Amino acid sequence: MELICPAGTPAAFREAVDAGADVVYCGFRDETNARNFPGLNFSREELRTAIAYAKQRKVMTFVAINTFMRAGQETLWHQAVDDAVALGADAVILADFGLMAYTVERHPQQRLHVSVQASASNADAVRFLVEAFAAKRVVLPRTLTIADIARLAKQIDCEIEVFAFGGLCVMAEGRCSLSSYATGKSPNMNGVCSPASHVRYRQDGRELVSELGDYTINRFPAGEAAGYPTLCKGRFDIADERGYAFEDPVSLDVMDHIDALRSAGVSALKIEGRQRGKAYVAEVVSVMRRALTAGAAERPALVSRLKALSEGQKTTTGAYEKRWR
Amino acid sequence: MTTSTSPSKPALSLGPVYYLWDGPKWRDFYFRIADEAPIAHVTIGEAVCSKRLHFIEPHVGEVIERLESAGKEVSLASLALVTLERESQLVRGLVRDSTYPIEANDLSALHLLAGRPHSVGPLVNVYNGATARLLASRGATSICLPPELPMASVRGIIKDNPGLAFEIFAFGRVPLAISARCAHARSKGLIKDNCQFICGEDTDGLTVETLDRQPFLALNGVQTMSHTCQALMQELPELAAAGVSRIRLSPQDCDMVAVAEIYGDAIAGRRAIDESLARLESVYPGVPFSNGFHHGQTGAAWVKVPASLAIPAA
Amino acid sequence: MSLPLAITAPLSFVPIIAIESVVQRVFTRVIETHPGLFDRLADHANKRYAFLPSDLPIGFLVEPAVPRISVHRKERAPASDACMEGELVLLLALLEGRVDGDAVFFSRDLTVSGDMEAMLALRNALDDCEIDLPRDLARMSGPFAPLVRRATEEIRERALGRVVKEEAPQWN
Repeated sequence: MELICPAGTPAAFREAVDAGADVVYCGFRDETNARNFPGLNFSREELRTAIAYAKQRKVMTFVAINTFMRAGQETLWHQAVDDAVALGADAVILADFGLMAYTVERHPQQRLHVSVQASASNADAVRFLVEAFAAKRVVLPRTLTIADIARLAKQIDCEIEVFAFGGLCVMAEGRCSLSSYATGKSPNMNGVCSPASHVRYRQDGRELVSELGDYTINRFPAGEAAGYPTLCKGRFDIADERGYAFEDPVSLDVMDHIDALRSAGVSALKIEGRQRGKAYVAEVVSVMRRALTAGAAERPALVSRLKALSEGQKTTTGAYEKRWR
Repeated sequence: MTTSTSPSKPALSLGPVYYLWDGPKWRDFYFRIADEAPIAHVTIGEAVCSKRLHFIEPHVGEVIERLESAGKEVSLASLALVTLERESQLVRGLVRDSTYPIEANDLSALHLLAGRPHSVGPLVNVYNGATARLLASRGATSICLPPELPMASVRGIIKDNPGLAFEIFAFGRVPLAISARCAHARSKGLIKDNCQFICGEDTDGLTVETLDRQPFLALNGVQTMSHTCQALMQELPELAAAGVSRIRLSPQDCDMVAVAEIYGDAIAGRRAIDESLARLESVYPGVPFSNGFHHGQTGAAWVKVPASLAIPAA
Repeated sequence: MSLPLAITAPLSFVPIIAIESVVQRVFTRVIETHPGLFDRLADHANKRYAFLPSDLPIGFLVEPAVPRISVHRKERAPASDACMEGELVLLLALLEGRVDGDAVFFSRDLTVSGDMEAMLALRNALDDCEIDLPRDLARMSGPFAPLVRRATEEIRERALGRVVKEEAPQWN
């Protein structure tokens, strides 16, 4: 299985390559990708240099252009695809049908991958993407069990990539307007969930309070591990119950299921975290690289190294196991 | 804002009931819609959770019959999230067997419906004209645009696709997200596989409040909805002028016949917008209105449109 | 993991202006060697960033656009747009991109407040800079150079192990 690693900056990109990535994925510094955070991502020139660095070391580069084209602003997305192709991206990762159609028409030779944001969660959905856009690979939503994935792999004529470690969307990806409901910035159109511009942290006595827009997302008592200020991992009141209504602040970690994913027919494992620092990238990539070659018995020891990097300092296997639902 | 060629007025449509209502309640709701509501298009069926289907199945036939004999055009909604083999089979069966138009709510339905006239629901990501064109080339004849689209996008998409009918989500709690996990069951100490259809207890959604006790969201099984009710009323003239064909009302557990009448009157210009909004409030009390998405703001926001822009087209 | 008294104690007595002259030179040097910083910061270069080492009696105010770094006693902290607080070695490790900012936030070793967009932009911009304090400061001299060097050595010795903390705090 290929190891697909994140990079939010050229420095992180080099770390990922050096730490053993088969592929590094990244995006341009604008709304065309789903990690459009301040100070993050690549200029055209930076991408050119990064791709050259990777190619010399026989590492591939995928460019994520995985938000949805805003009507009237399509040029921004078209240009992103044109430039990624011209700069030699080994694949473009797309979510928007209109942009896929554009890519197929203008760059028929370009390898097209379907982003998790497209929410292709079953065989017929994948067939739609293969048939309409000649998609070569689909990144599956984090809503499927390993059994679901194995069954799906047998039915489709397309490679499968799944998330193995990092941030976990609780909602079907690309189909969530929670953040834009609270902030006006849309993950789908603006490429940012829980935008920093709307996040506030304040200390209330001994508690750390996180707020998104006009809404309190969480209160962390002193000493309790914190998480991102994302709505799906917030603490809420429902009737008389207080707690994590959707999901705890946790990271996805399927280290224990690497062999099962391999035999399910998965072609590539993806690490989430383009918004994370290069220290995270270096650590996670090298641990995952070791895990892929190590025997099952050695993996648990590797897992514990990654917990400290995780949201809430806790990990979950998420939807890969049925009981999560 | 007047145009010399006054566009034809949009028709009213009714989206599928997103909540779990028991069979008789669901049936009676549609009987009344058939008999009394000034609605032209009705989409029925379970879009949210495949486990719920058996509640409505016994009544689908009689509901369709009643709606059709009242002159309504009926479509069937497909599931929004299809992951299990059983769910894939359900969508395949629906597409294979239905003699009624289908509203596609996920990519699998889009695949199965290729080359055959169908509509596209608000849960499919249509953010631009190119996507709408692609869907139209595969057989889509009408598209209900995603509720989070701002008016600028709505206008752009319609302009790009003169032959397609577009529908706007104008009334109802906004479907914001869907998950493989059931937060509704979890909130009552259950899990999805043994949920005991607990979401049926909350026929208008289960309120999620922030830690400051601020009502924020509403759980509906695996779907998360807004606490506020999107109410595009002041915006009707603007939507009509942009060429919107249909105004969608999404069923809430309130008098939807009255809601339809209020919208019908507002579209026809028979009643002032302010008065229409006041009436709407009395029909669906206790739930704040929002229209922020339409205005490119926070979805939960309520934007007061200056009266000069909200005069019903005569 | 706090700074040894040998480093912190003198700071209570050293005149602020002396500390300032040292850090200003460090800061100028960093900016000279990493021009890409401003590209990533964009408009956020005009913001004022406060860094408050929790184990020192002083704080730093960084104004990238000027560019200026000023030092003040904590009780007289000037207004800032965004503020980051944590032990000095942690702040310096972050500056060098040797720890992941999110991870130390999750573990509550780092607190942030104010303009999060500005803080995130700075964090990401710094992370790309590949700042290496001992290397970047190798040519520095002056009376406080040993102090700065000692602080950077602290990073090497102690902060690096932080990422792989064996004893993660209990959760719920």
